[in-house]
Amino acid sequence: MFGLDKKDASLLLIVAVLVAFAPFFLNPFPEGSAMAQFNAGYPDLMQRFVIFGIFAIGFNILFGLTGYLSFGHAAFLGVGSYAAVWMFKLLSMNVIPAIILAVIVAGIFALIIGYVSLRRSGIYFSILTLAFAQMSFALAYSVLTPITGGETGLQLALNDPRILSAATTGGNIPVPALFGFEMRSSTQWAVGDWLFTFNVGYYFAAIIMLCSFYLSIRIFRSPFGMMLRAIKSNQQRLNYTGLNSRPYTLAAFVISGMYAGLAGGLMASMDPLAGAERMFWTASGEVVLMTILGGVGTLIGPVLGAGLIKYMENIISKINSDILHTWFAFLPDGLEDVVVTLIYPFIGKGWHLTLGIVFMLVVIFLPGGLVEGGQRVSRLFGRKKKAHDPKNATTEPAE
Amino acid sequence: MDAIILQILNGLDKGSAYALIALGLTLIFGTLGVVNFAHGALFMIGAFCAVTLSRLLSLSHEVAVPGSVDFLGNPQMRDVPYIYEIFGESLGAGIIDWAVPLSILFAIPVMIAIGVIMERGLIKHFYKRPHADQILVTFGLAIVLQEIIKYYYGANPIPTPAPSAFIGSFDFGALIGFEAGQIIYPYWRLVYFAFAAVIIGAVFAFLQFTTFGMVVRAGMADRETVGLLGINIDKRFTIMFGLAAAVAGLAGVMYTPINSPNYHMGMDFLVLSFVVVVVGGMGSLPGAVLAGFLLGILESFASMREVIAIIPGINQVIIYLVAIIILLTRPRGLMGRKGVMED
Amino acid sequence: MGILEVKDVNKRFGGLQALGNVNLSVAENTCHAIIGPNGAGKSTLLNCLVGKLIPDTGSVMFDGQSVLGRTPFEINQMGISRVFQTPEIFGDLTVMENMLIPCFAKRDGSFALHGIRSVFSETGLREQAEQMLEEVNMLDKRHMHAASMSRGDKRRLEMAMCLVQKPKLLLLDEPTAGMARADTNNTIDLLKEIKEKRNITIAIIEHDMHVVFSLAERITVLAQGTPLVEDTPENIKGHPKVKEAYLGEAA
Ligand SMILES: Nc1ncnc2c1ncn2[C@@H]1O[C@H](COP(=O)(O)OP(=O)(O)OP(=O)(O)O)[C@@H](O)[C@H]1O
Ligand SMILES: [Mg+2]
Repeated sequence: MFGLDKKDASLLLIVAVLVAFAPFFLNPFPEGSAMAQFNAGYPDLMQRFVIFGIFAIGFNILFGLTGYLSFGHAAFLGVGSYAAVWMFKLLSMNVIPAIILAVIVAGIFALIIGYVSLRRSGIYFSILTLAFAQMSFALAYSVLTPITGGETGLQLALNDPRILSAATTGGNIPVPALFGFEMRSSTQWAVGDWLFTFNVGYYFAAIIMLCSFYLSIRIFRSPFGMMLRAIKSNQQRLNYTGLNSRPYTLAAFVISGMYAGLAGGLMASMDPLAGAERMFWTASGEVVLMTILGGVGTLIGPVLGAGLIKYMENIISKINSDILHTWFAFLPDGLEDVVVTLIYPFIGKGWHLTLGIVFMLVVIFLPGGLVEGGQRVSRLFGRKKKAHDPKNATTEPAE
Repeated sequence: MDAIILQILNGLDKGSAYALIALGLTLIFGTLGVVNFAHGALFMIGAFCAVTLSRLLSLSHEVAVPGSVDFLGNPQMRDVPYIYEIFGESLGAGIIDWAVPLSILFAIPVMIAIGVIMERGLIKHFYKRPHADQILVTFGLAIVLQEIIKYYYGANPIPTPAPSAFIGSFDFGALIGFEAGQIIYPYWRLVYFAFAAVIIGAVFAFLQFTTFGMVVRAGMADRETVGLLGINIDKRFTIMFGLAAAVAGLAGVMYTPINSPNYHMGMDFLVLSFVVVVVGGMGSLPGAVLAGFLLGILESFASMREVIAIIPGINQVIIYLVAIIILLTRPRGLMGRKGVMED
Repeated sequence: MGILEVKDVNKRFGGLQALGNVNLSVAENTCHAIIGPNGAGKSTLLNCLVGKLIPDTGSVMFDGQSVLGRTPFEINQMGISRVFQTPEIFGDLTVMENMLIPCFAKRDGSFALHGIRSVFSETGLREQAEQMLEEVNMLDKRHMHAASMSRGDKRRLEMAMCLVQKPKLLLLDEPTAGMARADTNNTIDLLKEIKEKRNITIAIIEHDMHVVFSLAERITVLAQGTPLVEDTPENIKGHPKVKEAYLGEAA
């Protein structure tokens, strides 16, 4: 199917099904129940799942295949966001031109930064990309304020030209839309106590994510992808085999930069606003965490990692000590307090601590991330499954 | 002329911090071959050692003020630090006032212990793994350490003043023959620079003049050969890690009066310190120190109003710009050795 | 004029004169062995031929063109393939993928962006690779991870990767070191066969004299960076200077 072998095709199919029915999967608990706070099926969060999925898929093409660890990828995401917002301001509120420009601008940006940074490798490459991203961040915050909106960020205004769209109706700032379908509009469907939300923006981003995922499978299986893995494995051998590694790494860098730009453009399409903090190095660190956590170098890993981290960020950080007390109310009073005190540092504002610990454990014990974990578990249960088995790798985002 | 001297002075304190952190990073990288992203967190923990000690010293309890009662007839109460009761009121107050410098004594064992535990418990297992893994695991550790500090100390900066004797500024220009009032410099910054100079000198002397230091230097140059000589370098490298942690921690302790410590100060400094290390030359101790001061001073020059008027925003990016230019023209940095992470 | 002409090449590492006035001419379609004690500069010489090192002085001509100043991949594209002293393969890739990469390099040049088509739709290249693997008796290992093989297998794989490119000049740095006797003999047979079937020039560094005398038509003896003698195997065998180089002054 689509030029994929059976294994990859079924992986793509499973991801597609999960993404299509995510509003159901992610809302397993009835409204108003104690567990309802673990529902993740609201548009804002679901959009972030797929958008960061795209970001991580792209990052994985660079880091997973070539082993070049970029610490500045958020710069491309930020640039993409700015480009998209500018398109909304100048041209029209249609998301298609905005996203196209976001990808192109991020690609050009990646070409320049990559051309320079890739003259070094290893830790030097990481530092160079970090330096470029921090520079972009600092400039966006200060000198480039006319273009970036500085500290407040770049926002839409009523009097933006928008040359392609008809005169603004009423006194409201228009919202991004795809040929009339507004990104923010949703329909809700109540089934008994359950409430499911279907959001235009989510499905639009999800379709783009599936396309990006498909493209990344094709890249992984192509001669180009094989060369990139060869670079990671033994760059010297590649050079003595008659291949010039630099254009390969540069192409990978630009492609992954364009993925980041696409993610940035989508972010701006969901919420037409772009700020410099999207370029800060912690944002670059976040995509590294996602990729490693899910399984670097695997197809599905980055998507899983992005989903898990965004889920943790939104759900774990919402738990507070009152909720903990209701959970452990069945314990004797003294014990209840002890348990709550022990867990408390890891929830709410402390979710970064949980993230850091989980991340360290993964790097130490499970370098292959969730995907490797899934494989180990399935081997443990003696099911006859092979590496890259899509089933055990994809059931997790539904949690 | 006076403006130039002023900028150099202004760059010294940041430069000192860069140099101290970069020195530790280089020690760890040069000896253990590990890229330590948690080094900034050690700087931050050092700063919080000072916070902790000053809190400990000011621990107090309520005592009735003799001879005075409130309107209900109860004795009036007053907070009295325990330390007043141990050392008497005037000496006790002096000790509290000098909490930051005193924290040096407190921080040294704490930092060495943290460093040794870190090396034995975690870093040791990553010697043979790729540099990317080392970066990742220490990056994770940095997040964990800073979140722990955030949990216990909160997210807001905690002002930790210098001893009152060092608060305020003096006319440095007048001392060196300039017109009075031209070069005003805070006392504590001068203290910080002097302190950094002493630490750097001590580290170099230690490496230069002790047998321990000789083995470490030999190990930095060629680890395998030293290993072949039957010298147990691993144990020495553990101590080295403790030392590097202590240097970073002390840099943090003394920095608290300049910048109130917060939980993410380590990461802020780390990013820049890595740039410093790379500019100085990965694995070169003099390079790290030189680049630290150079970049600190350069940053201060770039912040001059006259410079910003010509190239807007240059103060924000100067360090990164220099790093990029250096890396592209002198891949080994200012004083890097051949063969150290060439690729 | 040989296909490879090395003239007055000098290379110093600090105070060490690794190569001193090396002259070497390798005739087309012959096998030329370079022997000498450890540290004689044999590998250094090969490094100067493939662009890993640039000689301080002198010239290296291959097929009428200078190789100096060219990058390793350009030199490979000129037709020189090299087997290294310690096996250099793509450890994370499968044996088959290891074989396909040189095939792509040969067909598409130093860079081609085939980002969409699947590797395994390249049936022509796959056949080439399989055939070569068959020749080195490794076809059954084609799905293995290269890193998980024995040292001898890695060497054979590396040699196959070089041979599949059909190079004009094949440089071998101790290709049989660490191989079992039987594998060594197989390697000798393979090289002999290839030499008969194809137009190929081989320069081989080897400590195993059995291999050297089975293959070489000419032998250069290198000691302390300088060629002592160059002659046919028969004449080299009893040569006093060679004994001296290997056994020291006393001999
Ligand atoms: N990059 C280098 N830097 C410094 N010295 C080097 C370098 N490469 C080789 N040498 C030195 O040059 C000399 C020749 O080394 P070379 O590897 O060419 O010897 P060889 O003849 O291949 O020996 P062997 O039979 O052990 O492989 C040795 O003394 C070696 O230490
Ligand atoms: Mg050799």
